[in-house]
Order: sequence, then C-alpha cells, then structure tokens
Amino acid sequence: MEQNNRIRAFIEANMAAIDEEITLNDSDNIFENGFVDSMFAMQLVAFIENEFAIQLSNEDLDLRNFNSVENVVKFLDNKKNS
Amino acid sequence: MPGDERQQKILQEAQEFAAAELKPHAAEIDRKGALPKKLIKKMAARKYLSATFPNNYGGLELDPVHYGLFTECIGKACGASRALLTVQTSLVGESILRFGNESQKKKWLLPLAKGKKVGAFALTEPTVGSDAKNVQCQYRKVGDNYIINGRKKWISFGAIADFFVVICSYDGTVSAFIVERSPKEVHTRPIRGLLGGRASHIAEVEFQNAVIPAENLLGPEGSGFSYVVGTALDHGRFSIAWSGVAIAQAALEAMVSYARRREQFGQKIHKFQLIQGILGDAVTKTHAARALCLKAGELRKSQHSEAVHETTIAKYFTSKIANEVASDAVQVHGGEGCADKYPVERLFREAKILEIIEGTSQIQQLIIAKYGLRKYFSVKA
Repeated sequence: MEQNNRIRAFIEANMAAIDEEITLNDSDNIFENGFVDSMFAMQLVAFIENEFAIQLSNEDLDLRNFNSVENVVKFLDNKKNS
Repeated sequence: MPGDERQQKILQEAQEFAAAELKPHAAEIDRKGALPKKLIKKMAARKYLSATFPNNYGGLELDPVHYGLFTECIGKACGASRALLTVQTSLVGESILRFGNESQKKKWLLPLAKGKKVGAFALTEPTVGSDAKNVQCQYRKVGDNYIINGRKKWISFGAIADFFVVICSYDGTVSAFIVERSPKEVHTRPIRGLLGGRASHIAEVEFQNAVIPAENLLGPEGSGFSYVVGTALDHGRFSIAWSGVAIAQAALEAMVSYARRREQFGQKIHKFQLIQGILGDAVTKTHAARALCLKAGELRKSQHSEAVHETTIAKYFTSKIANEVASDAVQVHGGEGCADKYPVERLFREAKILEIIEGTSQIQQLIIAKYGLRKYFSVKA
C-alpha cells in the first residue's frame, strides 16, 4: 500500500488536469484520460528509478506499465520478483 | 583527484580554450556561416562534444552543474560552438546514452565523442513545430528493415551530419531511428539568410525511401515521443538555459566595457544614471538567470522529481532575459551596437533563437503555469 501511495502522490503532484472535480482512481489510464501530458512518461520513469532504486531497461518502457497507479504497482512487483 | 576539483580543472582549461580558440574567431565564424570542421575536431580532442558522457564512451563525466557552467563558458565565447555542444551532447548523445543498446552506443557515441562523426537531432518539420507529437515523417517496416520517408526542417548541424536521430511515425505510433547519411536516400539543403545560428549548419533534411536496418531503432518502437523526445528536449532545454546565461553575461561584459570607455557630453557614459539603470538591471537579470540554472543543475544532479520543471523555468527565464540584456547592450552601444564591429550585434540576433528552439517560450509558459497551478494550490486558502 505504501508503494501505491508514493506512486499516487507523484502522479497527483504532476497532473496536468487541475479540475477539482477530477479524482484519480487506481485503475484510471492517466494518459488516455489526459490527467498527465505525454512528456510525463519520462518523468515517471525517472521517479521510479530514483524512488525505488531500480534501473529500467528499454524493454520495461512499455507505456502500459506506467499508464495507471495499479499498473505501475504491478510492474514494480513483477520487477522485484524477476 | 576529487570529483569537484577535477571538474573545476576542466572548466579552467575550457575557459583558456574559449579565450584562445573561440572568442577571437566567433565573429568570423558567424560571418562565414560555418563552424569549421577543424574546430569541431579540436573540441572533440578535448572531449568537449561528450562532456557528460561516461569515461568509457569517451566523455568527461561532467555533472549537470559543471556541464552548465561549461556550456556558459563556451557559449559566452562563441554561439556556434555552444550549439555544437547542445546538439552533440544534450540532444543526440543523451538520447543514445539513455535509450541505445550497448552496440548502438559503441557504434555511434564513440565516433561522435572523437569528432569522427557529427550527429543531428531531426524532430521539427516544415509543418510541425510545437505540435511535435504529430510528426508527419513516416516509417514502415519491410522485412528486416524500416523505410523512412519525409522532410525535416531547422535541423542544426543537419548540413554536415554523418548521422541523424530521426523522429517519425507509423499509424500514430512515434518511434526514433538512427539514420546514417546516404547520398541517394538522405538529402540535406543548408538554410541561409538566418537571423541567428548562421554557423550551425542548419538544414532541411529529406528522407526518400531511406532503408534503415532494424538494429537502428532507438529505444522500443513507440517510445519516440514520450521517451526519446521527452529526454532530448529536457536535456536540450537545460543546455539552452545556460546558453541564455552565456549570452546575457557576454552582453553585460560588452556593455560595461563600452560604457566605461565611451565619452559623451564630456564624460564617460557610465556616469549617467540612465545608463547605470540599464547596467543595474543587466547585472540583476544575469545573476538571477544563473541562479535558476544552478538550481536546476543541482536538482538534476540529485535526480529530483522537480528537475524537469525547474529546467523549464530556467530555460524560459534565461532566454527571455538574454534578449533583454542583449537588446540593452545594443542600446548602450548606440549606433555602434547596430554594426558587426562589436559583438553585441551578434548576441542580439543569437538571443532571439533561444526563445524558439527546444520549445517556444509560450510552450514553456504553459508548462510552468500548470506546474504553478498544482504546486501553489491550497485547499485552505
């Protein structure tokens, strides 16, 4: 859960959409919903590498790994178990 | 030698190099409209084109703060030489360092670092500027190769590049490729009559059924915009931010020198309070710009999550004040500032380019505004 919160906090702090009505659900596709701009992907990758002390390879850079809070959590779990 | 001491020594040597090899020739380079290949090789021999690269790829391993100061040092002496650093190190080099596989790094980074090959970053097109996600240059896969067709414009060092990092799309998917110059498939036309960047070999580049081996795909297919362009522009903006400091500092020094020598109404013009007002503003703006760049550099060094935004702020501010300070430097020079006898005429032209390249000032404002709307919003207020 703590991992989920850290990722959520980072995404929320960088949301391009600033409408107070918008709430971020764990399964929301942050790119398709326009919550973040497409340039955010690289920031998220840098954040994950720094925050969780892992190095992501080119194979990891599939946007589907980073398009929602729950997918990032799943990706990190898989990465740790691999 | 401790890291900082080693990097300080590199900066000291760069200052000596810039004073001896760049500054005395900057006006002539601009006038002739070409950064000489001999000078490119001299800079490469000192590892200046790969200043941030790791040692094993021929680099100097400068951290972001020292790389910024290094950029200022070179940029203050010669804008075209600074542009070379921006393209080779920040755009092409950093993209391949981050997304290239080992074989690509060995094949492209080492010759770039040694000055044996010149690279260019081909993103902008005749009809696509700020809306970079919608590049029209097309690729398609045919067997084991990719075929690229399309045109790119305003490509710095495109006229002399041996290879290009090309951003193109296929059915909405944007990917990056390393494309080697080939006489039949890659055509470049130098762009003349430019306001600034006259010696940066800026060109229009056309790819006509260019056959690219699959191993030249840079990063995963589909990562061209979100990752490769995102990374390149971030590094590029950091470089341009420091270029703004370089121009402002050079313009400031020029206006101070002129104001202390020039006499009107029987006294040196620096004694007039209206001139002092201009000088005071120029000093303040230049110091503020450098402080923003140093902050961005420190955040990048620590891989801070706000480094991207602080870099954007630095790029926006320094390019803006570079224009203001360079314009004021021309004003202090009066009629003399409008001729190429003094460097301020060139600095004035070069400064404008910084507000356009690596994202216009208006794009930076949008990014900064959104950042501010989030960062400074308080539910309680």
